[in-house]
Amino acid sequence: MSKITGSQAIIKCLQEEGIDTIFGFPGGAVIDLYDELMDSDIRHILVRHEQGAVHAADGYARATGKVGVALLTSGPGATNGVTGIATAYLDSIPLVVLTGQVPRALIGNDAFQEVDIVGITRPCTKHNYLVKDPAELVSTIREAFYLAASGRPGPVLIDLPKDVIASMVSFPEKKPIKMQTYQPNLEPHPGQIEKACKAFLKAKRPVLYIGGGVILSNANKELTELAEKMSTPVTMTLMGLGGFPGTNPLSLGMLGMHGSYASNMAVAKSDLLIAVGARFDDRVTGRLDAFAPHAEIIHIDIDPTSISKNVSVDIPIVADCKHALLAMNSWLDNAKAFDAGAVADRHRPWLDQVKEWDDKHPLTYREEGDIIKPQYVIEVLNKLTGGDAIITTEVGQNQMWAAQFYKFNHPRRLLTSGGLGTMGYGLPAAIGAKLAFPDATVIDIAGDGSIQMNIQELATARQWGAPVKVAILNNNYLGMVRQWQELFYNKRYSATVMEVTPDFIELARAYGAVGLRAKTKDEVEPVIKEALATDNLVIMDFAISREEGVFPMVPAGKATTEMLLV
Amino acid sequence: MKHTLSVLLQNKPGALSRVTGLFSGRGFNIESLCVAETLDPKVSCLTLVTRGDNAIVEQITKQLHKLIDVIKVTDITEGEFVEREMVLIRVKAEANTRAEVLRVIDIFRGKVVDVSPTSYAVEITGSESKIKAVIDILRPIGIKEIIRTGTIAMPRAPKK
Repeated sequence: MSKITGSQAIIKCLQEEGIDTIFGFPGGAVIDLYDELMDSDIRHILVRHEQGAVHAADGYARATGKVGVALLTSGPGATNGVTGIATAYLDSIPLVVLTGQVPRALIGNDAFQEVDIVGITRPCTKHNYLVKDPAELVSTIREAFYLAASGRPGPVLIDLPKDVIASMVSFPEKKPIKMQTYQPNLEPHPGQIEKACKAFLKAKRPVLYIGGGVILSNANKELTELAEKMSTPVTMTLMGLGGFPGTNPLSLGMLGMHGSYASNMAVAKSDLLIAVGARFDDRVTGRLDAFAPHAEIIHIDIDPTSISKNVSVDIPIVADCKHALLAMNSWLDNAKAFDAGAVADRHRPWLDQVKEWDDKHPLTYREEGDIIKPQYVIEVLNKLTGGDAIITTEVGQNQMWAAQFYKFNHPRRLLTSGGLGTMGYGLPAAIGAKLAFPDATVIDIAGDGSIQMNIQELATARQWGAPVKVAILNNNYLGMVRQWQELFYNKRYSATVMEVTPDFIELARAYGAVGLRAKTKDEVEPVIKEALATDNLVIMDFAISREEGVFPMVPAGKATTEMLLV
Repeated sequence: MKHTLSVLLQNKPGALSRVTGLFSGRGFNIESLCVAETLDPKVSCLTLVTRGDNAIVEQITKQLHKLIDVIKVTDITEGEFVEREMVLIRVKAEANTRAEVLRVIDIFRGKVVDVSPTSYAVEITGSESKIKAVIDILRPIGIKEIIRTGTIAMPRAPKK
């Protein structure tokens, strides 16, 4: 078989996987690969910081459902990517991260730009590889793509020594990948499906609690069918938003620390909780012994380690969410005992109760004359985009307000760092999403603090024609920490006052973007309209009420029914 | 409760570190760990002793299984099994205690593997409780150093 260079083989592998866009930053260890990239039709997006490359690949992956690819050089290139990798790991996002490494003979020598990135990323990747034998280069890349996308997805890192990239390798034909040690279980056990459906048919106060797994497995249709068939209210985790239409009458919105009153009350009073692709995170459960205390729990998850990790589960179903929901729907359709109308009648008092909670304490905020309320900004964004934009967020109050007040009706429209909570995620992720869907409106909802963590990527957005819209909810504070300090630390605002913040309008101009500012409530809508109408990259700077809080709020360690309300 | 886990994993660089990293990263405890090649040189067997209630051990087992390099995880303590550990003990052996040390070693079917004018190094193999017993008996005589291998274990073959 004729041989090709390692660089050529890597690019052929990417093409084989249907990858047309990758995100990266060059350096000495990967210079051969970059040379080869110039002659390929793969679009390489040069970022301004490696963290941005991994977040952009992550945003691309979340928006498309495909594997995102980042290419980084050795040493600092690789370590700068680690936050991006950990972000993807905590949210189960499929990525393949290629890092350069010093030549094999120098590994372990503390060579220039050498770091043990495989050691560093071992706990924050699904799996990782150091390719020491050029003969294993092609099979390793193929295996990495398979691992990243299948089962519970996640980032996979491949460390590529410079001399391996430069070596001559053969390129065997691709065969289906079979791994002795990795066989994710997609199909649910029929016995468990029957048990789950029977429990569902018996329940008087059921709640569906859905997470990112529904979106990752593209199971939103099946989930909606089940919820409607069974007249069951649905609450979503932050990662699950969009997995069920936010404007559907059965939607309770988000649950947990900043969840809706109705969500948290419904879970607390439910007699059956059906968790689908969610993992009982501490931000969702609050005090564990008070979480869904009266409920029997069904848990559908592809990852066995998620089951009974935090909360003991009565009916575990290890399967892909889509397969499990299909099986439940079809079991119910074929069951003699099932009658959708009768179920709807039986659940009526429960749905009325849930509605009563929602009417009593809806998601809301207090108006303050002319002052811009951040929630109002999100409401206007929601209205003017028809709830159909791709929204990325930074982390903190901006993220929670976006989650509460933007009504996500479709999956893959909210791209946010849920698990790791990475400030600086939103802008590069928005660029990744915009490059995947050039015709979509992509908005990064940001705070004045977190936008500064990766603001250099404005240049990336300009260079590659990714005119995203950045909406900065500017309160000159690190607002979420400030809120905790206000509530639990006697208003001692230690290190949360942003005494110096750039003039974002001037900053936009410096990057060749459009800067728009709103200082009063009536300026909000015109600014957003103008931003949406322009083809260019836009920064909107909203001077919001400085000490606005995110409510409801369940103080850390409290039961989710102990909410602080507006 | 003590659990002995037998973990088959691919004999690859870094595989062991994935296992130990999992324990330290998730706050599980490792009481002892023993690892070597199996009949198939591409596969290593790791015997690991840990403590925790059933929920923790279940979580440990699942997390281990999730590692891509791990082929199989068995909680050996769930069934009938044999376990062995070897210990090397350097014990004071002066004129007045030499005979005593040899008697003790003999009772425990150990043997002397190194001799100096003032000490014996002895080798004892057995279950954890036997090792503990011999250490308790030798301690008053004067133990200078102990090196233990950690437990290895094997499920008993089915009787039929």
